[in-house]
Amino acid sequence: MPGSINPVEGDEQAQSAADAVARRSYGKLVAFLAARTHDVAAAEDALSEAFAAALSEWPRNGCPANPEGWLLTVARRKMIDVFRGQNRRQMMSVEIQSIADVLADVPTNAEIPDERLAMMFACAHPALDPGIRAPMILQAVLGLDAARIASAFLTSPAAMGKRLVRSKVKIRQAGIPFRVPSRDELPARLDVVLQAIYAAFSEGWTDPGGADVVRRDLAEEAIYLARLVAELLPQEPEALGLLALVLYAESRRKARRSLAGEFIPLDRQDPALWNTHQIDEAEYVLHRAGKLGSIGRFQLEAALQSAHADRCRTGRPNWPFVIQLYDALFAFAESPVVAINRAVAISQLQGPDAGLAAMPSLDTDSRLAQYQPYWAARAELLARSGAFAQASYTYEIAIGLERDDAVRRFLETRRSALPA
Amino acid sequence: MQYLLLLHANEAVFSTMTPEQQQQGLAAYMAYNEALTKAGAYVGGNRLRPVSTATTVRIEDGKTQVLDGPYADSKEQLGGYYLIDVPDLDAALAWAARCPGASHGIIEVRPIWGMEDY
Repeated sequence: MPGSINPVEGDEQAQSAADAVARRSYGKLVAFLAARTHDVAAAEDALSEAFAAALSEWPRNGCPANPEGWLLTVARRKMIDVFRGQNRRQMMSVEIQSIADVLADVPTNAEIPDERLAMMFACAHPALDPGIRAPMILQAVLGLDAARIASAFLTSPAAMGKRLVRSKVKIRQAGIPFRVPSRDELPARLDVVLQAIYAAFSEGWTDPGGADVVRRDLAEEAIYLARLVAELLPQEPEALGLLALVLYAESRRKARRSLAGEFIPLDRQDPALWNTHQIDEAEYVLHRAGKLGSIGRFQLEAALQSAHADRCRTGRPNWPFVIQLYDALFAFAESPVVAINRAVAISQLQGPDAGLAAMPSLDTDSRLAQYQPYWAARAELLARSGAFAQASYTYEIAIGLERDDAVRRFLETRRSALPA
Repeated sequence: MQYLLLLHANEAVFSTMTPEQQQQGLAAYMAYNEALTKAGAYVGGNRLRPVSTATTVRIEDGKTQVLDGPYADSKEQLGGYYLIDVPDLDAALAWAARCPGASHGIIEVRPIWGMEDY
């Protein structure tokens, strides 16, 4: 009974009810409003006003029976007000009415259609700058603010905010559609969405110790998105592949640092610290993807994670299989990252010199000069082949390129362990 | 929504083609025009004379400056345009990809600033 709620308790209840709806429905409500107006920014603003209204009204009158519908009604009204206000002179009343009509085409007591996937395809549209696609998805679907996204992607909040605004303007003015692409376009377009989610996960993953809350949360948010896409497109093997991949990676989070914060490479991790629930789910999801009969980059990467984890857990080497997976992956994506990992796997089977020979060359790819894993892997192979002086110099460059202090210390330890 | 497709290509290439190749090229554009019209997407379009015929005009300090030549001197020149009316950017990009100009040049797709946006 609303009347019996004391003010403090009412505030807390309203806050926690609003938090619960926000978690469950934020992206859905933005997608509903944005898909009908093509205006992501206006949808976000209207919704944040609706949340503010909820926090002031719900404590007084009690939480509505259908909080999602309540928020949509308020946000819809705010949005129409904004359109009326902005376009007093220019916009014809007919057009404002037509926006009002499309916004009202779902009764508030009915289930709100889930158009988050369509919005993700708009946010990761090939017409937008590749670097802004992941931030766009994080903001539009999850409601992360520019400052939080900026710190995860190592840029200034002001610059990130500007780029997000510019992209939203482009979505509206260039007529980027809110639509799940047709079957023939879907694989290529889905790949862009999956890449954006994976980029968000990787940003979160670069702080394995979890000292940086912003980054750790970002990995969790990315897993949420990967799960969402896999649920909405259960027949797309690559969507399942990405979910399996991020679950495998996340399952080892606790094992990647010692209690003292030291970096622990995969082959020295304690498998007892791995999260078996996440590994089981990853195995299950990857198995389902495999049954759909079309292999792809994310499934292969997930299979590699599975193979590496399996070897470390059982102590049984499986290098020929791992190399085979890297070969297949390289055929999909000729990336230097894959080539480096493949070379390391080859060295396990055929020795360090074969590994060094299989390494990608600086001459053909100048980006490697600034890529820490290239130098670290090379240093390791040089050390194993007995070229200690070269190894020492190569470790030095790897150390100079690393931004994570624990990894830097790990590389320094390796370097100082080299025979003089 | 309306979009302007700006067709940029190296115009010198056309003159190096054999008459048959030129004929084929023009026929491809005729077919493209036909397909655009049939789909109800065609609003307008034209081929432009070479940049050697271009003149630029600007007013500086109240004086009209007229100069021989195009605005931007580059390897590719603006050689023609289409104005199309389609539902969204994806449809516009699909039409741009079908344009023969996309195979021998670059097409810039620009949304038109519609009346309703003022």
